[in-house]
Amino acid sequence: MAEVDGQHKSHGMGLHEEQLTGRTQQIFFSPEESDNFLYPESFEVDLDNKAEFDAGDMEISAINLKIRALMQAGHGHIVVKNPLAKHSLGVGILNRLKLEFEGSLGYFGCGLIDGPNVTVHGRVGWSFAENMMAGVAVVEKNAGSTFGAAIRGGDLVCKGDVGSRTGIDQKGGTVIVGGRSGAFSGFMMQRGRMIILGDAGINLGDSMYDGTIYVGGKIESLGVDAVPGEISDLEADWIERKLSAHGLSAPNGVKSLQKIVAGKKLWNYDNLEPTEKKIVL
Amino acid sequence: MCGIAGLIHRDGSADIGGEMTSMLQALKHRGPDSSGFALYGEPQNDDYMLRFKVAEQEEMAHGFDIHAEVKKRKAIVDERIQSSGASIVEEQDATEYAFRYRVRFSNGDANQDKLKRFADYIEDIEGAEILSMGRALELIKDLGDATRVSDQYHLGTFKGTHAIGHTRMATESDVDIRSAHPYWAYPFSDIAVVHNGQLTNYWGFRRELERRGHRFMSNCDSELIAVYLADRMSDGMKLKDAMELSVSELDGVFTYLVATADSLGMAKDTMAAKPLVLYESDNFIGVASEEVAIRSIFRDEIDTWDPYEGEVMVWQK
Repeated sequence: MAEVDGQHKSHGMGLHEEQLTGRTQQIFFSPEESDNFLYPESFEVDLDNKAEFDAGDMEISAINLKIRALMQAGHGHIVVKNPLAKHSLGVGILNRLKLEFEGSLGYFGCGLIDGPNVTVHGRVGWSFAENMMAGVAVVEKNAGSTFGAAIRGGDLVCKGDVGSRTGIDQKGGTVIVGGRSGAFSGFMMQRGRMIILGDAGINLGDSMYDGTIYVGGKIESLGVDAVPGEISDLEADWIERKLSAHGLSAPNGVKSLQKIVAGKKLWNYDNLEPTEKKIVL
Repeated sequence: MCGIAGLIHRDGSADIGGEMTSMLQALKHRGPDSSGFALYGEPQNDDYMLRFKVAEQEEMAHGFDIHAEVKKRKAIVDERIQSSGASIVEEQDATEYAFRYRVRFSNGDANQDKLKRFADYIEDIEGAEILSMGRALELIKDLGDATRVSDQYHLGTFKGTHAIGHTRMATESDVDIRSAHPYWAYPFSDIAVVHNGQLTNYWGFRRELERRGHRFMSNCDSELIAVYLADRMSDGMKLKDAMELSVSELDGVFTYLVATADSLGMAKDTMAAKPLVLYESDNFIGVASEEVAIRSIFRDEIDTWDPYEGEVMVWQK
């Protein structure tokens, strides 16, 4: 019964627009595969064990190796000072970790992460947290284009403005933008949620397959097959709680947010696995 | 790829040669083929700064006669400057094939038509290309990374108010000086352009602009932007208006910077597919393809942001 209630609840929130029937989409872990719960070479860390270092004169690979070495030594809270907008910092972290950057990051920061809680006390360049699987990543200032490209899970937050193509190819998780988001935000979005508290640029949600976008400000224009939807009370409650968790709020209340979903006129992928397709064909 | 950078000091002259070298060197990974600088110094009297070359760097490694040939070409340039009613006040040879002249026109008068005729006369000499001509602008470009070009042309101590620069990864034209950026907006003195992107209606526009009497020195699509802006301004259009028009008329993905005697501008296409990061304070504006370039001259934390799609901005010094 609890399962049925949960299903109704998730449908009420606009989740599961698409019926998931594929094998790989439904079962990620099973108790029999307990060895798979942890990534190889992930580390046992103590979140109260803090370490910090100055990255100002370090090369990119040396900085990433230093983070890894500190995790290996059991540090669960790492502060990187003076990152100086260098590229590809904090990437590929598959660990519980509290990671702080005291400054700005360049391109491809914190890509391919699964699990850490990241805070950037500055701006990030293009493609921050690309392919993020889980965890929380918060940017205190602005972000460049393709913010959260292809993320699959977790919360990705930018408290300032973001460039174009935010959440391109988003496959899950939640992207939150405190300010404006540029052109083609939500382009080819497949699942997950995006909350833009400011304005959205041209072609919002262009060619989105699924997922939901909420916008607090003006929408310059909608993209192909992106259509308005209605926010349910359940969704409004969820958005309220999600925003407050990150110290944000909708300027005119969550009920005033505009909801954008896929019209599905262009929807051209089905729920079948390749092998199942062969059988059908 | 390709990297572009620009800066403008609003509170007077500064070490722009060293600053632009640092910014471009930080962008070396975006394009190591060539580097170029458009530096704006303090104008002196009514003199014009002339930067020109009489051969490509690559040519210097070929043939027994090229060294004598280069001297011969330079002598013809000198002769034609004199016969155009101008005198060479100051002369520096940064390399065997590229030169920096301070030129004074005898009656102090050098209107647009006269400058165009002068430029055409010089460029009529085999191998000669005027890289820039202006009261403040000095345009330097050559093969190699920014540090190499800066050292070669002694730019580290260049003082001025603003600059734009470029690191090039050649994608659609040759690796040579004529295809390197920045481009001078011939025949307009003191206007230069750098660009990152691809223009997809290059040939159509080029043919149209050639019919209107403009000259192209390369097959690089970036040169089109400089010539396009020159053409629109020759019709009386203001720089910012011409830039805004370019965003709708030029097709493709592009971000470009333009500098004039007293201003710096940026334009971004409507797809916003090419990066640009901006830092603005009361006395300084810095723009670059990546923040790491701006941070090469500001180690302390600063607030930066991305201009949006279709955005055009112009700052005065």
